[in-house]
This record gives sequence, structure tokens and C-alpha cells, in this order.
Amino acid sequence: MSNSKRIRFTLNGRSEETEVQVRTTLADCLRHDLKKTGTHLGCEHGVCGACTVIVDGAAVRSCLLLAVQAEGANITTVEGLALSDEAMSPLQASFRKHHALQCGFCTPGMLTTAHALLSDEPDADRDRIREVISGNLCRCTGYVSIVEAIYDARHAYKRKDVA
Amino acid sequence: MKTAAPLMRSVGQPVERIEDERLLRGRGEFVDDNHVPGLLHAAIFRSSVAHGRIRSIDAAAARRIPGVHAVYTSAEIGQTANGTIPRIPLRLAAMPQLERFGQPVIAHGKVRYVGEPLAIVVAETPAIAEDALDHIEVDIESLPAVVDRSATEGYLFEDFGSHSPITYTATKGSADAVNGPYVRREVFRIQRHSAVCLEPRGVVAIWDEAGPKLTVLGAAKIPFANRRMLAAQMDLPEECVDMIEGDVGGGFGVRGTFHPEDFLVPFAARRLRRPVKWIEDRRENLLNSNHAREVEVELEIVCERDGTILALRGEAWVNVGAYLRTSTAVPTRNVAQFTSGPYRIPNIRIASSMVLSNKCPIGTYRGPGRFEGDFCRERLFDMAARDLGIDGVEFRRRNLPSPKEMPYPLATVSPPEKAERLDSGDYEMTLQRCLAEIGWKEKEELRGKLIDGRYHGLGIGCFIEGGAAGPRENARMVLHPDGTVDVFVGSANVGQSVETTSAQIAADALGIPMARIRPFTGSTTYLKEGFGSYHSRSTVMGGSAILDAARNLKAAIAAAAAKRAGCSPAEVQIGEDLVISARGTRIPVAELGSDGVSAEGTFENLKHTHTYAYGAAAAHVAVDPRTGHVEVLQYVNVEDLGKIINPLTATGQAVGGVVQGLGGVFLEHLQYDDEGQFLTASFADYLLPSATDFPFIKAIVLEHSPAPDNPLGAKGGGEGGIVPVGGVVANAIADALRSLNVQPRELPLSPPRVWALVEARKGARA
Amino acid sequence: MKLPDFRYACPASLDEALQLLGDAGGSAKPLAGGQSLLPTLAFRLAAPGLLVDLRKIPGLDRIVVAKNGVQVGASVRWCEIERHEGLRTGHPLLHAAIRHVAHYQIRNRGTVGGSLAHADPAAELPGIAVTCEAQIELASPHGRRSVPAEKFFTGALSTLLNHDELIVAVRFPPWPALRRWGFEELSRRRGDFAIAGVAVFFDLDAAGRAANTHVGVIGAADRPFRLRAAEAQIDGTSVDAASIARAAAAAMDALDPQSDLHASGAYRRALVGTLLERTLAGALAGKGA
Repeated sequence: MSNSKRIRFTLNGRSEETEVQVRTTLADCLRHDLKKTGTHLGCEHGVCGACTVIVDGAAVRSCLLLAVQAEGANITTVEGLALSDEAMSPLQASFRKHHALQCGFCTPGMLTTAHALLSDEPDADRDRIREVISGNLCRCTGYVSIVEAIYDARHAYKRKDVA
Repeated sequence: MKTAAPLMRSVGQPVERIEDERLLRGRGEFVDDNHVPGLLHAAIFRSSVAHGRIRSIDAAAARRIPGVHAVYTSAEIGQTANGTIPRIPLRLAAMPQLERFGQPVIAHGKVRYVGEPLAIVVAETPAIAEDALDHIEVDIESLPAVVDRSATEGYLFEDFGSHSPITYTATKGSADAVNGPYVRREVFRIQRHSAVCLEPRGVVAIWDEAGPKLTVLGAAKIPFANRRMLAAQMDLPEECVDMIEGDVGGGFGVRGTFHPEDFLVPFAARRLRRPVKWIEDRRENLLNSNHAREVEVELEIVCERDGTILALRGEAWVNVGAYLRTSTAVPTRNVAQFTSGPYRIPNIRIASSMVLSNKCPIGTYRGPGRFEGDFCRERLFDMAARDLGIDGVEFRRRNLPSPKEMPYPLATVSPPEKAERLDSGDYEMTLQRCLAEIGWKEKEELRGKLIDGRYHGLGIGCFIEGGAAGPRENARMVLHPDGTVDVFVGSANVGQSVETTSAQIAADALGIPMARIRPFTGSTTYLKEGFGSYHSRSTVMGGSAILDAARNLKAAIAAAAAKRAGCSPAEVQIGEDLVISARGTRIPVAELGSDGVSAEGTFENLKHTHTYAYGAAAAHVAVDPRTGHVEVLQYVNVEDLGKIINPLTATGQAVGGVVQGLGGVFLEHLQYDDEGQFLTASFADYLLPSATDFPFIKAIVLEHSPAPDNPLGAKGGGEGGIVPVGGVVANAIADALRSLNVQPRELPLSPPRVWALVEARKGARA
Repeated sequence: MKLPDFRYACPASLDEALQLLGDAGGSAKPLAGGQSLLPTLAFRLAAPGLLVDLRKIPGLDRIVVAKNGVQVGASVRWCEIERHEGLRTGHPLLHAAIRHVAHYQIRNRGTVGGSLAHADPAAELPGIAVTCEAQIELASPHGRRSVPAEKFFTGALSTLLNHDELIVAVRFPPWPALRRWGFEELSRRRGDFAIAGVAVFFDLDAAGRAANTHVGVIGAADRPFRLRAAEAQIDGTSVDAASIARAAAAAMDALDPQSDLHASGAYRRALVGTLLERTLAGALAGKGA
């Protein structure tokens, strides 16, 4: 038992290893230790959802998870969603098409949450989409365009070849 | 020079945004994303006492904690800057008599609100800096807290001896002398709430002794103005300070205004000669970032029996908190100016006073003074219409100025005296469009009806927003040899799509595709002078400056091409796609010089005329009288923006503004107790709207009446959505509960408040 | 808002975890889903010397729906209850109430044991446990015990749990297939803690008379509680409008809720009455929630 610990996990398909203070949240580990700043911190007490990442297939708040709890996990962040350097994912493209972001601060959490949802439930209707993203606060859009963007991206998740 | 008339090909189109690629990939650069080598981290020690005299601060134990580099209090900060503690100056509506109320960058002598900075700790990590806060001892002699205008003693500034620094009065005609057959006087209250951007504020300060040069990352909204303030506070020439704008997680009036940390962090960086980062946490954000809106208004209307308004008069008291920060004066002034709204009111007298209190200072928040004034006015109109037996829609229609009456004079506010007028528009048109969009006629039969345990009601209101403030805006363009164009503009990006709209305007003005434009906004390194983004000015002012820069760039291109071809500029033709030819010979852009061609542009608004986008909004609600819960079944906002640069982003801002307004109407409340202790320091207690709260919002943006005073014809937009929400929704609730004559006079309309209103009326009828 | 410093252990067995907690003598905190503990630490409202992570402890993650009742392991997450087909019929009240817990991401992490131990007065699971006379199974280095939910919660955020004790499971009595039930709460926003909420169930005999009526309330006192005065007004009746009105009146007589930021005591009292009327009527109609 010590106050720091070496941990390993898979981040966006690549294995990462780092030494963290045990009090470090997964969010701070990603942002500060690994310099992956796509994941945002809007409240650090588990309400705003900006820090949502996907851990072993489940969308979770990375401010409410210690980095040491993610030992051995498979983690996807917003940086891992695009198909390639050239092509954004259909979900990302749908956000752009529907103007589902203004300042863009909540966007990483919206995308990871929506990606986890549609991966599990590609037939989610608008009510279900609204219910699921009610844990992600957005101060700019009023949510209408976000719901439409997610709804419009469902087709991409109905095929087997999209992770 | 001959130029082809520019083809409008991207302005007006729903163009996808330039900003989105990086933001969607997690490659935005928000202030906390900056990892500078050698970075230290700051945390702020804040007062837990609302009002008191500081006897001592002991930071010795905190300084001894391993990893702590420094703790600075007023003692250290007072050693520099001529032995005085710098104050935050008023930027807007500044007057000499208000200077004494400016917030010191660190508390000294007294603390005046919970959350006021007492010390800054700098340490190796943010966690160690926070650890150290627990080891700072402060001894404060507590004084009685002033929380509202009922206080008679306990002055915050004892040598001033009053709770009210200033009263602004809006005057038109002779309101006090008017008598009429119908008079009604009511008191309305709006609760303290604020912008609460999703990204907390932050500062990264980098000091280079060799320059000397201070670089501040995280600048937003008004980088040039903040540079002026910071340079003065730090006794540096302005050119030694660079303010760099990155991505900004929401503006809404609050983000980017000068707060104490905007001095404290650069001060620490300079003292330590190390880069220092401070990122506000959410508790600090709720405690200490500008609050807004808290006001009490006593308003009286005088009408003819047919509903013609003869006069509007009253008084307002705006609870401005403990100090005046840069924009604190604006809401008080604007309540006086805008409580009369878009209507034809011949006699107006509204006196609006600042009231100091032991609370966080307030500032501008989207639609400052307008959201507040609209709630009071539109409520009072519905009460008057009901008393007079006139339909509320008809009451408004009768009192809207017609296009023929434009420009229409508003009241003149003083001090300082400034006349104001509505610029253009067909106000009844937006009202009628709004009624049609919500299906008012078809829904009439639902009004007041109890269906499945809920009363249904409709509400309507008309509004104006103001835009285009400031003396001028600047832009600069550089045409590169590869044919791309950099566009620098003084407008700042706070998430409102200004990169995209600037690029659209520039592309069309130059006649090239948007893909060849690279927009750069905000930072002080781009231009000699810039004014930023406030008062819905970035598109109108910045966009007009871009038009001027484009004109000048074409002239510069013609001059360069003429030189290259050995002809006169008049013999140069610049066609579509910036195809340049001189005497029939095409000249490639690459041949105009390796540095390309550049030009500057300016748009002047020396008379400070403002644009007035205008519109109407309507809501259909269902009220559960047993629980007080209100569901917004439909909300429609119609606004004429004069000229729309991008319908996608204009609509997006309107919808966003409506939902933000609904947050203020139903959910959001920054609460203090009677001792000035702050009660809502988390997102569990300060409630922002979430995705399930208000699903049915529709915004329609129109370009009917262009703005007469700028070449784009555009009117400042983006604030209109929020302005009418309070009045519209409260009117719909009153309409639903008409059988009980429930009249909401106070926000927020939380379930307990609506329930209590119903209960009180049930009691009254029994 | 960074967490205070602490040590961390991730034991592989229940015994080891209990040993660690016992040895720490009250300075340790168990870490389950962390959805309540981490915010508490972020606000520095607690400063444990050691966190004992329970994630590797086997055998606490089962949901068993059997003739003798429903057992839910302490490390079962909300999302697992939500997706559990057997619970939909095996304990529809529990299943329905859990749908109101927080949000998607929290439901992916938050656990049954964590919620019971945190003991928020407005939380759904403690309320359902009290309403249904559930037993809470505890383990300590000294052995095991089973505590009725109604005794387990001793006040706001406080329980009978000793510092060296862990929740292993919660056990609900059997749920007859034809039982009538209802759950309603009112919160400021979806997923927020309720201002107040009401759970009810009763069984109808062949003549349509209610028996075994249970009424539980959350958010209206320092802990979840049964409203026996209201239950008595329903037992033996046909749950008609008159008896529902009597039950609501009895409920309001029995209540003296606290005021807080979000609602006055008077509002809460009236709200419980309204929600009780609605849940009873809904239950009779077979609507559930």
C-alpha cells in the first residue's frame, strides 16, 4: 500500500502505462498524466457529464473513477472515436451537420455517451436518447440539435462493422 | 481597379462550422489543455465570512508543505504596485463616482462576500495547492451581513455611508404627470442566477523576464480590454502583455470579464518567474464568477380603457453584490432602459438603483436587464389586459410601433445622458408569425382547461435585444502566395461560431471559397486594437470590419499587380476567385510577392448607434396544480435579425438562449442565507436545464428589416432567445390558472412556488 | 476540486477486505462504485486514510430471483437491475424505482451496497428496502448478521454499519405475481434526488379487498420510512376514492417534513399526500409506475 501506483490500461486501442497518485481520478490521469485533453472536466463532482469516457463498453464519469480503478480496463475517449485522421465517425459528422455543438466543451462527453448508447441500443428513440444524455449538461445548444444528431447517426450502428 | 460584384455564396447558407472538426475530435485547446514546461498550479484561499474585518492571515504552515512554492496575500501584493492593492476597473458605463467600489484583486482590510480571495497558493500540483488551503489560518472579525435592500446599517463601504452607489433613470415624456382611466402597480422579483458556462474559467500566465513579456493563455471575450487593465495593474506597458485566446467553453457575458484571478495568477507567475496555471473549480465558479439578475421592480402602468398605454413608471433595485466589477453597472442601467421593451409608450420614467450587498458581484449575463425587465413588463401587460377585458395579443398589437414610426425613440437614460432608438422593423409581423407558428388560434380552446389533472395555458410576449456596441472593430487580411487568406478580427470566439461567420463574410467579400479562408479571432497578437465579443457585436462590428478589410485587400492586390505588370491599378481586374489580370494578362497570386498581400479594415460606430433585433415568443404549458409542476409543451421564438449570416448557427443560438432562459425561469437560483452564507455551491444545488426538461423548443430566424447602420444589414443576435422567456412562461402559467386568478410575480417558478400560489388562491376563494 | 491524499488497497477476498477495514480502526472507507464517495472526497467533506476497493471481491454481484424472495448482491450495479428480465416480474416495484436513480453513466457504476451504505434520505433503493421489509446482510471479521432495513437506516447518511462491516446483499421477501403496486416521485429534474417519493403495494383478496398494504416514503424525513397510519386506512378496503382520501389525510397528519433549498416542509407534506393518492389509484388500476 502506497500513495502512488503504477497502472496499465488500454486507451483507444493502445496500451498505456503510467505511475499515478492513487488520489488521481481517471479524468486527471488522462488529461494531465497522459496529456489526452479531449476529455473535459466541467464539475469534478459527477453531474455535468463532460468527462464521460467508455470503460469496458460502459459510459462512465471519469471524474468519479480513480485511475487505479481502471487498472487493466479498455478505455475509449473522444480521441478514439474518429475512423481515421481523415474521416470522422458518422456520429461526429452528424453532430457537425446538425450544429449539435457551439462552444464544444460538453461535446466529448456527449459523443462518448451517445456512442456507448447507440453501440448497445442502435434503435434508441428520441425519448431514450434524451433520457440517456440527461446526465450530460450543455449550456449552449438547448439540446434539440444534439438529440437530432444522435438520432440521425443511428444508421451507422445498425451495421456489424462499426465498433 | 475593376472588381466583379461579389457573388453571395456562403453568407446566408447553413454552412457547417470550421470550429467543429477540432472540437469533435477532442483536439480543441481550452485553457486547461495547455501543458507548459515548468508549470506550477494555483489555488485560491477564499473568505468563508460574508462581511468582516480581517485581523490576520497566517500562511506559514501552508508555505512549509512540501511542493508549495508560495502563498501570497494582500501583504505581498501590496508591496508592489505602488504599495496599493490594484482594483478591477469598470469597463462598461464607467463613471468617476463609481471607482471607489471597484473590487480589489485581493481582500485587504475587509472581506465583503463569501468566496472573496484572501490568498493565492502556488504549488507543484493542483492537489497540493488545494491541500495547502487547509493550512491557512485567518482571523476575521465578523460584521452583520447585508443581503438585501431592507438593511439600514452595516455599510459595506463605511466612508460612503449608503447602500446605493447610483441610480439610473430612463425618461421619456412626463410619466409622473400622466393620469389615465386605468392604473395598476405591481412588484416583481427575479432571483439571482447567472451564465454558469460549462467550462470553468482559467488562466495560464507565462512570465519572460528577458522581454519582459507576460503571456496570458485563456483570454476570452475582450482580450484587448483585459490587457489594458492587467498592464496597468502590473505597471507594464501594454505591448509587454500578450493575451492569447484558445477555445472557450461558453461566454454569455460572464466568461472573459476581468475577475480577481486574472491579476493574481499573472502576479504569481511574475514573482516566481515560473508559468502558473489556475483552473476555477465548479464551487468557485458558482461562488465567485459574476452573478446576475437579482432585482426587485415596482412597476406601474397607465392605460386608456381601450388598452392604449399612456405611461410606464416605476423603480427598480438591483442587488449588485459587494463590489463593482467591469460590467456590474450594465444590468442596473439596462433595467431602466429596457423595461419599456419594444412598445409605443409615450411617457416613461423608470429609476433603477444599484444596491450593494455581501454577495458575489454581479455582471452582464445574456440579455442583461432585458430578461429582467421583460418579465415584469409582460406580466403587468397581461394583468392589465385581463382587468380591461382585452385579449393579451390585441393589447400588445395595439401598442407596438409600426414600421412607419421607425426609427422609434426609447427613453433616454441618465447618467450619462444617452438617447436611444429602435432602428427598424415590422414588429407586428413577428408577433403574427409567432402566433401562427404555435397555432395560437387552434389552441385557444385549451386555455384554462383542466385536462387529465393539468391546466393548460398560453403565453405571449414581444421583445427586443440590442447589439453592435462599441466605437469600432478592426480586421486584417493576408493573401498568401498559395491563394489562401488569413482573416484576423477583433471579435472573440466564445463558442458562438464567430470563426465560421467571419470566414463566410470574408469569403463572399473576396469572392473565394470558404475553404481558402483561415479565421483568427480574439488574441492581442493579431491586431493593433480589437474590441471583442459583448452586446451581440461580434458579427455586426467584426463582420463589417472584414468587409472593409476585403475592400482594402482588393485595392492592395490591384496595387501589387499593377506594380508587377507595370501598369496603373485602374488597369487591373480582379475577378471571381481572386483571378487577377492586368491588361488582359493573368497574374498568379504567387507572383505578388513572397509575403503575399495584406490590408487592414475598420468599421466605425462613433455615434454608438445600436442594432435592435426584435421578435415575439409564445409558450403552451400544462400546470399540475397539485404538485406545482409545469411542463412546457411548446415554445416558439420568432426573431428578425435583419440579415442572417448562417441560419444554422443563428437558429442554434436562439434555441440555446430559450433553454437557458427556461433554466432561469424554473431551475436556477444562486441562494444565500440571511448571514450571507452561500448555499448553492454544487451542480446538485444549482440546477442547469438538462436534456429531458424542455424538449419542444422551436426558433425561427428571419431577415425582414435590415439594420440601417451597417453594411451587412445585420442586427446583433444571440441574446434574443433568452430575453422574453420569463414573461412568456409566467403569462402561460397565469393563463392556465386563470380560474384561480393566480398571478406569478416572482421567479423562479419552481414546483413549490407554483403550488404555493395555487394554495394561496384556493384559500382566498374558500 | 482535487481529492485529498489517501492510501489505496484492492483486496481479492471479502475476508481480506474486512481485515483491512478492521485494522484501520475507522479511518478506512470501502470504495464500491464510488458515485457518492468520490464527490464527497472532491468537496473534501471526508478524509479517509485508506480506501478499500471492493471491485475484486467475488460473489457479491449476483441477482437471484427465487421462490423465497429476491436477493441482490452488494456490488450489483443499477444498470444490471435495469436490464434484469427476471426482476421485471420478480420484483417490479424494485425494478421500476431503480429507473429513477441518477443518470446513465452513474447507473453504469453505482452499486446497491454503495447506495444502502450512503443512506441518502431521498434515495430510491433504501426506500424500497424499507417499504418491502427487506433484510440487509452484513459481514464483519466477527461474523454475519441480518438487519431489517427499517432498523438499518438511523438518520441522514447514517446507518447501523460498523466501521469493520460490509454490506453483502439485500434480501427482499417473495413478491406475489398479482400484487398491486406503484411508485412515484417528484424531482426538480429527471435523475435528481427526489423532493419526495412514495412506494406502495397491497394484495387484493377474491372480494377485491386490500391486505398487506405497505406505504414507504423517501425524501420527507431524515431516513426512508413506512407510513403505517396510511396503510391502516387501505387494508380491508376496496381502495376506493374515499379510502384513498383517508389514507392521504392520515399520511399528511403523520408527516412533518423538513424544509431545504429545494422545497418547504409544507410543500413536501402536500406532495407526499398527492403522490400517495396517485400511487394508490395507479396501483389499483394495475398501472404500477
